[in-house]
Amino acid sequence: MCTYLTEQVDITGSGKGAGGYFPLTRAMVYVDHPQHAPYEHTVNVDFLNPDLGPSARVAVELTEEGALALIEALRAALASAPPGLASINGGHPVPAAQG
Amino acid sequence: MYDAVLAETVTINGADGHAIEAYAARPLQPGPLGGVVVLHHMPGFDRGSKEIVRRFAAEGYNAVCPNLYTREAPGADPDDAAATARSLGGVPDERLVGDVAGAAAYLRGLPNSNGNVGVIGYCSGGRQAFLAGCSLDLQAAVDCYGAFVIEPTPEGFPLRTGPIGHLSEHLSCPLLGLFGAEDQHPSPAATQELEGLLRKYGKEYEFHTFEDAGHAFFAVERPSYRPAAAVEGWKLVLDFFGRNLAGAGSTAA
Repeated sequence: MCTYLTEQVDITGSGKGAGGYFPLTRAMVYVDHPQHAPYEHTVNVDFLNPDLGPSARVAVELTEEGALALIEALRAALASAPPGLASINGGHPVPAAQG
Repeated sequence: MYDAVLAETVTINGADGHAIEAYAARPLQPGPLGGVVVLHHMPGFDRGSKEIVRRFAAEGYNAVCPNLYTREAPGADPDDAAATARSLGGVPDERLVGDVAGAAAYLRGLPNSNGNVGVIGYCSGGRQAFLAGCSLDLQAAVDCYGAFVIEPTPEGFPLRTGPIGHLSEHLSCPLLGLFGAEDQHPSPAATQELEGLLRKYGKEYEFHTFEDAGHAFFAVERPSYRPAAAVEGWKLVLDFFGRNLAGAGSTAA
């Protein structure tokens, strides 16, 4: 099936694509057919910078298990670091992380 | 029979006269031959889609596949182009119809054309083939597992389209539908509902739903590929076009 469902979120950071590193501004997440992973469906994540064109894209295709494990790993990594260390505010806690 | 084929990237006029990229394959025969517009699947204007175009030419048809993502992503890799198109909500229906009209005009303008043009599409292209058949003067249409002809698009998806089953009334040509029993989009219930509409409006159609097959059973490079369904499906498509386009081989009328 083609789910067509697509989650989109603004992000800030960098990614390495075919042409080297570039700034990331957008992420798109959808469960659908992969281009490469040998499964009928995967959790697909595209890290994008639409201003730089379609090729400014880092594509990831994960199994459901891999995607859920990654979510936990992201949370665990953030929990083990001082709040706000990796914040867009440059190492200062964001208000929501205080207290 | 002389069987040379010329396959190349061309530029055609799409909706609003916009120049769009397309991949064409033509038998080097005087004809007259039928033409086939191939509508690529949602993952884009890729190698598999171009192989399908060449297959139709080898079977005796002029064939062309417009790159439906030309505008959003000119020159991009097919997967990057597909991601961009997805982020923008897919291809608008009105633009699609204009692009298919341009592709049909390209085929009818070839010196060896017999004037007959059919359309075939896969995945999102299946829905678009049905839409084209209901919107343009065509001689045959093939819908390969096109979703959201009947069912509404999921909430939250910015798809620039909606259900189009009601357009059955305007279908201009015979319709062949090829589906997988294990597919959820379109589900067997949805394709049965479409059949009901086609019957209601007295349209000529034939639907085949393959057991042990789901979505994208024609896609040879994907795990969804089902050889039995794909081989039988190709046979049905060629038989259908043979009857409706009268263009298979140099001996056709």
